[in-house]
This record gives sequence, structure tokens and C-alpha cells, in this order.
Amino acid sequence: MSILVALEQQAGKWRAMSWETLAAGQQLGAAMNLPVIAAVAGSGVEGLAKEAAAKKCAKVYAVDHDLLKEYTADGFTAAFEALVRKVNPTLVLLPHTYQVRDFAPKLATRFNQVLVSDVIGTRMESGFPVFVRLLFQGKLNGDVRVSGGGPYFASLQAGAWRADSLEAGSAEVETLSPELDASKIRQKPEAPFRESARAVDLTAAEIIVSVGRGIKEKENIPVVEELAKALGGELAASRPICDAGWLPMERQVGSSGQTVAPKVYMAVGISGAIQHLVGMKGAKTIVAINKDANAPIFEVADYGIVGDLFEVVPALVEEVKKAKA
Amino acid sequence: MKIVVAIKQVPIRDSQLRVASDGKWIEESDLSFEINEPDAYALEEALQLKERHGGEVVALCAGPARAAQTIREALAKGADRAIHIEEENLKTLDTLGVARLLAGALRDENPDLILTGLQSDDLGYGQTGVVLAELLGIPHSTIIMQVEKLNGSIRVKRELEDGWFQHIEIPLPAVLTVQSGINKLRYATLMGIKKAKTKEIRRVTLAELGAAPAATAIIERIYLPQKSKQTQIFEGDAKTAAAKLVEKLKFEVRVI
Repeated sequence: MSILVALEQQAGKWRAMSWETLAAGQQLGAAMNLPVIAAVAGSGVEGLAKEAAAKKCAKVYAVDHDLLKEYTADGFTAAFEALVRKVNPTLVLLPHTYQVRDFAPKLATRFNQVLVSDVIGTRMESGFPVFVRLLFQGKLNGDVRVSGGGPYFASLQAGAWRADSLEAGSAEVETLSPELDASKIRQKPEAPFRESARAVDLTAAEIIVSVGRGIKEKENIPVVEELAKALGGELAASRPICDAGWLPMERQVGSSGQTVAPKVYMAVGISGAIQHLVGMKGAKTIVAINKDANAPIFEVADYGIVGDLFEVVPALVEEVKKAKA
Repeated sequence: MKIVVAIKQVPIRDSQLRVASDGKWIEESDLSFEINEPDAYALEEALQLKERHGGEVVALCAGPARAAQTIREALAKGADRAIHIEEENLKTLDTLGVARLLAGALRDENPDLILTGLQSDDLGYGQTGVVLAELLGIPHSTIIMQVEKLNGSIRVKRELEDGWFQHIEIPLPAVLTVQSGINKLRYATLMGIKKAKTKEIRRVTLAELGAAPAATAIIERIYLPQKSKQTQIFEGDAKTAAAKLVEKLKFEVRVI
């Protein structure tokens, strides 16, 4: 009986979310009175496993194989399946990254389980966690209860646990070389690439005015652009705006775009789906302008105006100009 | 190429959601429904692949009777036929249960490619496609932004985080989960809507597919999220609210 925490590395570098997941593991381990076992998969990851062993946990597995050098869904599923069968944990925690989204549902299926994905918190009931996750793009929360013997699988959303609460320790490291068959790895990955050099570095901006679906049409973008100009800030957007080609991809904020932490982030007509929130919730001051008072963006906003952006934004432009005059 | 597109019907995007009296799901009686947005992109990708390479597009949907409307819209856009797993109470199943139904309905179809959206806008588990691939014993890839057909395989562009991408080659048959924005959605034409009326919708019941396993993950309760921050809302007409906000930005946040 244990809690198994999957740590994620890419090309030998840690994904920061790994530590949040380990922190969650430590907290649940304490609450459930279970030892925490961490694991990192890849090729030549013993060094990384030793680093992880400086955190409080019972053991760190280096799941090591040449065929895990590049990530593939088939390779990682097989490797983690071998690990889970060996460790036989009660609970498997993973960071909710794109990589985990790609293989963890397949892994859970091998154990006749469902991955409880995108978890933002837990609540202990009779010694076992009930998982809290987002529904309806963050408009509602749901409590998910798992049953049936386990092992149970959950992936944890970025920022839901804090890595700075990690406790230090000294764990033993064990290398596990799973039996992998190259012919059973059907995905043939090529090297990752970036589309083009980014002309816009949103991370350097002090003020960001970001526009979402509420803008309705491409022709309306200048309404919000005008506000960005008046404030001397950068114009950014949520994903659907860039998908539609109304603004270039390089202005996208969110999990697939840039992660920003400006002094002021003004979200205009953005409902605040979690994929957007993870890219901007580090802003010092968040302002939301939205016609829906229940939009999730207001959950993270310091200041808000509930109203029609086509009335509010031009009024703001005027007031900003007045204030600057 | 025979392509199956798994689509889901969800409440329309701007719906005002209310928690139902049992606290377990939303009150659906006064809502309108539409195709899950990422699934619309998956359907469009299937139609474009068919236009380039020939073949057939089959829409597959598990949902209550009302989902027939969404299925008909898919047919109007150009899907050749549809399979409707008609069940009023799918909520008692979890992702694995629903994926088993989808796999069961495809038993005699043998598609070359199965496309679906990367996640649903309601439950948002983001795994039906991946689980379906595992149940069918075929490979998958997720968060796909481009599909190129090769000889007996496909080369896809997968989205990674922070603006990174990667190409992956996978043998067919395969399952792909499609990211929104992969293509430009088409509208149904009048001709398409007319033609859709004569297209086949095969209805399948749970009884025909055999019992789905008991759910291991159940939504026990849904509720409005608690605010992590105290939001100061500026009231009044647009001008009044704007003036108050600008005052804050100038004198407290000090950015003006």
C-alpha cells in the first residue's frame, strides 16, 4: 500500500509541475498514513532520480530504458504499467501535463480504471480522498469518488498544490528496467519544434490586455486593441481568438501559449477556462470584464466589471486617456 | 479511407448552468444543446480527409434521443451515415463505460481512422479517444493540429506545451484526438441539410452492446466553485464603472 507519484522530465530537465504533484503525494500520504514512492521514466534518468531522492519519500524509482529516450504513448504506458504492477500502489498521482494526458488514460484502462483528470483538490472522507475537479470549462466543480479496489489514477492541475510546501528527506533509489519491445511502440516521434521565433514576448509586458470570445468578430478586435494602446500595454488573446486567426498565435496566453505574470492582466470577454487561467493567474492584479457574472474568470479576478464589453471598453479608453492627460 | 468521428452533444457554450435539485448534475430541462466544439473540428478534419483521399465518414454518438439533432447536423455537413447509441441515462457510466459502448458499436465497422475532439466541454475528462484506442488495440495520438495521410500510416502534428509541436508517424488504423483550431469549420449547405434527411442513422441500444461495467469513478456532487480571491466588482453604468476601475489602476495599482 503506497502512493505512487509520477515525476516528469523532458530531455533530462524536470517539469516544474512534478514537484507540485510530489507535494500533493506527501500531503495525501500523511493523511492516509501511506508511504510515498516517486518515479521518473526515461533513458539515463538515474541522476534525476537521485535528485528527487532528496525530497521526503520512501523510495524513488528510475524507470530506465533506451526505448524511453523519446516519449511515446505506447512506450510510457508499458513502462508505467510494469512499475504499477511492481509497486501495487493504492493511488497513482501524475501531473496534468500534455504528456500525461496522452498516456495516462491508456495506463488506467489497463487496470480497468478511469483516470480522474484535471484534479484541483481533495477532501478526505473515511480515510480516502474524494477528488475535486473542474466541469463545464471551470464553471462548476465536481466531487469524484472512486471505488472498486484500485489502483486509482489521478492527474493534478498546475498550481493546485504548491511545490514550496515540499518536505526534504533522503530516499533510496532503485532502477527498474521494464521489458519493452520496440516493435510494440507504434508511434514514431520526430524532434519537437517551434513554429517560428516569437516576435512578441508577452512575458516582458507590465500590462496585458487580453481578449476572448466575447469580442464576437475579428472586426471588433480594434475595440480592445485601443484599450491596450491607451494603457501602454501588450494585446494578447485566449486560444479561440488565435485559433480563428483573428490574432497571431504568438499573442496567445494559456497552457498552449505563453505563461505571463504582468503587473496588470485585463481579461476582456474571456470566460476563464482552466487552460487560460494557468497561463495568467500569476499576474499581480487581475481585472475581468465579462457579461456573465458567473464566468470562472471572476474567481481569480481582483477587480471586475460585469457588463457589455462594447460599452465598458470604450468608456475605459476614455477614462484612461483622461487620467493620463 | 473509412473514418469514424466520435461526437458528443453538450449544452451550448453560453448556457446559464444551474445545479439540479439532486446536486449530482445540472438542470437540463431549459438548456439548448450543440456539438462539442473540439468534436466539430474532428468532424471537419474527417470531411477534409475524405475530400482529399476518398472514402466514407461515419458519425458515432452516444447520447439521449435529443442527440439526434446534433447527429443530423453532422450528416448535413457531409458525414455519410451515423451510429447513435441511444441511451437516456449515460450519466451512470464513467469514461471507460462510454468508451466500451463506442468500441462495441464499432465492432463490425473496421475503420481506418477514428477521430474525436481532445475533450468535452461538459465533463472535460479528455480521455475517451485514448481509452477507445486501448480497447480496440490500436495506436493513438492526442492534441492533433494536422493530419497527413501516407501509405498505410499517417503523419500527425501534435501540440506540445508552450508553443512547441512534434510530428509523429502512426500506422493505421489509429485514433486521433483533435485540437480546436486545426481547420476552419464549414457550415451545412441547404443541399446538405436536405440530403441529410435520407441518410442512414443506425440506432443501437445498450442492451445490444452488452452490459457496461459498473463505474469506478462517480461524480457525487457538483457545485459552484469557491472564489480564491475576493473580487471587487464595480457597479453602475459603463462610464461610472470604468471611472472607478481607472481610479484603482491609477492610485492603488499605480500603472497609469
